[in-house]
Amino acid sequence: MGIEQIVFYAFSSLLILSALAVITVRNSVRAVLWLILCFFCAAVIWMLLEAEFLAISLILVYVGAVMVLFLFVVMMLDIDYAAIKQGFTRYLPLGILGIVALFGGIYSLINSGIFNLANMPLPAAHPADYSNIRELGMLLYTHYFYPFEIAAVLLLVAIIAAISLTFRGSRDRKVQKIHEQVKANKSSRLRVLKMDAEVELPLTPTNSEADSDDTEEVKG
Amino acid sequence: MIALSDYLTVSAILFAISIAGIVINRKNVITLLLCVELMLLAINTNFIAFSRYMGDSAGQIFVFFILTVAAAEAAIGLAILVVLFRSRGTIDIEELDSLKG
Repeated sequence: MGIEQIVFYAFSSLLILSALAVITVRNSVRAVLWLILCFFCAAVIWMLLEAEFLAISLILVYVGAVMVLFLFVVMMLDIDYAAIKQGFTRYLPLGILGIVALFGGIYSLINSGIFNLANMPLPAAHPADYSNIRELGMLLYTHYFYPFEIAAVLLLVAIIAAISLTFRGSRDRKVQKIHEQVKANKSSRLRVLKMDAEVELPLTPTNSEADSDDTEEVKG
Repeated sequence: MIALSDYLTVSAILFAISIAGIVINRKNVITLLLCVELMLLAINTNFIAFSRYMGDSAGQIFVFFILTVAAAEAAIGLAILVVLFRSRGTIDIEELDSLKG
């Protein structure tokens, strides 16, 4: 058993165990942390398949950005986990049935002999000066340049959509509301109050008025 | 020697687990999003394995685009989740039935 097989079986089993933990743990924060472990194991398996650039970008983009975003959102929401896991055991038989049926079908196809070592042998490893990034770049900027541009536009759309969905500042902005200005008439600007006529009082200043004048001067 | 079928088996197990996760966790939207990410991971592993064993780098390019789309999907999905929690106060799927008519 070579070192490659040891690495493959170790990280595959760790990947499957952590995937099981993702779907079974009660707390969503822990589920996200298990998913991060999943991504690390998958990155090792991708390394074995000599896709170095994608393995690194899986860790940088997924663990570094997407999973951190997940963690932020999960920690921001105040979720009642006891209520949310109530129907867990109710759907468990259905889930196991689904898993068995789906996996049985796929497994019988995979191990029908088409994909074994005799039919699809492992190609020779690339030489030491082989650059996976160079190979990908040569393809990406020639044959796949148009999809690459579309992917960039897609990311822009995602940025705008995410910001505009969660942006809350518009209610407090001090902008002109033109529809309200056009609808304004005399009654919304001018209010005529009915009040009793003023009664003329004798012009003798009282003590309290003098006191208030003094205090105002002190303040000024 | 690791055969192609070994890699395919691992990703099939991963895919089946994520399907089961969607069926089991019917109440929590966050877990559903995590299961979708897990599914995409399984599919990407399939793409890379085939790309390696068939000697064609186009599979890796496809994984690159899937990663892009998945990042956009996660960002928009989480934004929708935040807005949903703000307006309804819950992320229980079974309570989100106001479009039922």
